[in-house]
Amino acid sequence: MEEMKDVILEYVTNEYLEEDDDEISYDTPLISGGIVDSFSMASLKRFLEVKYKISIPDDKATPEAFDSVDKIVELVKEYVS
Amino acid sequence: MSNIGSYEERVKNFNWKISEDELSYNAGDVINIGWYCSDRICQMGKADKLAMIWEGLGGKEKKYTFDDVRIKSNVIAQFLRDLGIKNEDRVCLFMDKIPELYFGCLGILKIGAIAQPLFSAFGDESLHVRLENAETNTIITQKKHVSKVRKILEKMPYLKHIVVVDDDGRKPLRERELAFNMDEAEDVNQFEIFPTKAESPSILHYTSGTTGQPKGVKHVHYSLISQYLTTKWVLDLQENDIYWCTADPGWVTGTSYGIIGPWSLGITQCVLDTGFGADSWYRFIEKNKISMWYSAPTAIRSLMKAGDEVVEKYDLSSLRHLASVGEPLNAEAVIWSEKVFGLPFYDTYWQTETGSMMICNFPGMKVKPGSMGKTVPGVTGGIVDPETFEEITEPNKGGLIAFRPGWPAMMRSYWNNEETYQSKFKNGWYIPGDKSTIDGDGYFWFMGRDDDIINTGGHLVSPFEVESALLEHESIAESAVVAKPDMVNMEVVKAFVTLNAGFKPTEELELEIMNFIRKRLSPLAMPQEIEYLEKLPKTRSGKIMRRLLRAQEWGEEIGDTSTLEDD
Repeated sequence: MEEMKDVILEYVTNEYLEEDDDEISYDTPLISGGIVDSFSMASLKRFLEVKYKISIPDDKATPEAFDSVDKIVELVKEYVS
Repeated sequence: MSNIGSYEERVKNFNWKISEDELSYNAGDVINIGWYCSDRICQMGKADKLAMIWEGLGGKEKKYTFDDVRIKSNVIAQFLRDLGIKNEDRVCLFMDKIPELYFGCLGILKIGAIAQPLFSAFGDESLHVRLENAETNTIITQKKHVSKVRKILEKMPYLKHIVVVDDDGRKPLRERELAFNMDEAEDVNQFEIFPTKAESPSILHYTSGTTGQPKGVKHVHYSLISQYLTTKWVLDLQENDIYWCTADPGWVTGTSYGIIGPWSLGITQCVLDTGFGADSWYRFIEKNKISMWYSAPTAIRSLMKAGDEVVEKYDLSSLRHLASVGEPLNAEAVIWSEKVFGLPFYDTYWQTETGSMMICNFPGMKVKPGSMGKTVPGVTGGIVDPETFEEITEPNKGGLIAFRPGWPAMMRSYWNNEETYQSKFKNGWYIPGDKSTIDGDGYFWFMGRDDDIINTGGHLVSPFEVESALLEHESIAESAVVAKPDMVNMEVVKAFVTLNAGFKPTEELELEIMNFIRKRLSPLAMPQEIEYLEKLPKTRSGKIMRRLLRAQEWGEEIGDTSTLEDD
């Protein structure tokens, strides 16, 4: 699962961080930290669904479940067969 | 005892002079919002009172007194004046909710220039159209957002200065960029404020329209008169309150009630410059003992979704009054807040153009969950027929919300767009574009927009703007954008597209398009869903029939299709 962590971290870094933002780690707060806003969560969710060929129910895609790379990995693992 | 006392008595005896007198303003006097929100409060003996408690990422906290607000806004004003910025020049504030944004707004107003706050999540295209329309002279921003300005710099010869407030010298600044550090700058104790008058322009907020580019809504310094009084009567802010307005000053709520209202009353306010999180929000209320909280239905519904057990972890007993703005507050949210906080959220209705609250639930008034409330004292409002613009007096009959012009915070024009401004007035009424009913007790009940504008999380998104941006993606041949219902945001953006030859309708492409719009326009404008179609429904004259697509999303009757082109 280390690889999944790194893939998601890299995606978030490339897609959501501004040029001069500090680097993030696996446990950096993404939503409550203001790095990924609640509207952008839809694109992050779609990325996970496309990348891992899963479907995450909307009621599971909460700001809390998306609040760090670690938490996202936990969520994705529930749906990856 | 609430500030407003009896709503009925206030309506009966109302005169805007009540506010003018409290602010010691007489017709013809100099009136400058920057001065009223800082210097005047200090002169009233509150120089040492806390004006702002700010918290950023990682719990970093800063506190400022009203004297700090006065001095810091003077520092920024002096810096801008030294740059050669004159009265009525447009100065854009393009920052996260950092203290420089708040003090910068007052500093700009103090030199008589026009503050143009823009939401920092805007992408380069959204930024460009707004700066171009205003021919903005200077932009004040953070290093994290400078790259967006650099992308469009060549197209903006009128933009003379890009001021970076947190430059650390690690990367060289480029053409037209200069560093400014508010905390390291020398204090400016005395500053000669530009003598703005009632009709001098103050703030330029941009709002989306159904067609065409976003419109710059021009406000004037006299708006203070209604912003002050509605803050006092509707938000009921009192001397010892600790206030939290969750709105970003990139939007009108964040300036009218996140800067001007509370500070003109000398109230301590809190600012949380992080993202949304139920735990972090409740913790912020508990820690700062917030007593008055002004938020938005989207946030309230997100808190509902997070569950009651999260609320129970925190001591929120400091709260005494709650209010909401941005979109209709559903009855369930009002009932839920009464259950978990012991207080209902009081809904308030107004918009960028009105500059201040128009229809509200007032302290002491019976709240009918789901209702917008009644008109603010001093505002004449009603419902009019959408064809004739004659007033509808029959209770519970739907029509367009309408206001008689004349309240102090009413916009004075759309920037460089007088024709559209004039089109908002019909038969002596200002028409904000929303539909409602009024019940037998005089309460307004929201029905929906009268146009295709999408209200997502309290922010208006123009389908036209998103459709135009979609067409800039190489894969897209045609696009149509509509609102899709959403449990939390009320509405979200949905796009229907047809593809150019050589492109396949894949999920990967959908993600690419979503991110393309997010970066070009903003996260708000990003379609939360994209549906590929072989062809879009059009009239025989070739006009895309958005309403059919919208009806499909909302499960409504599609209505007359006689003009639909044949297959």
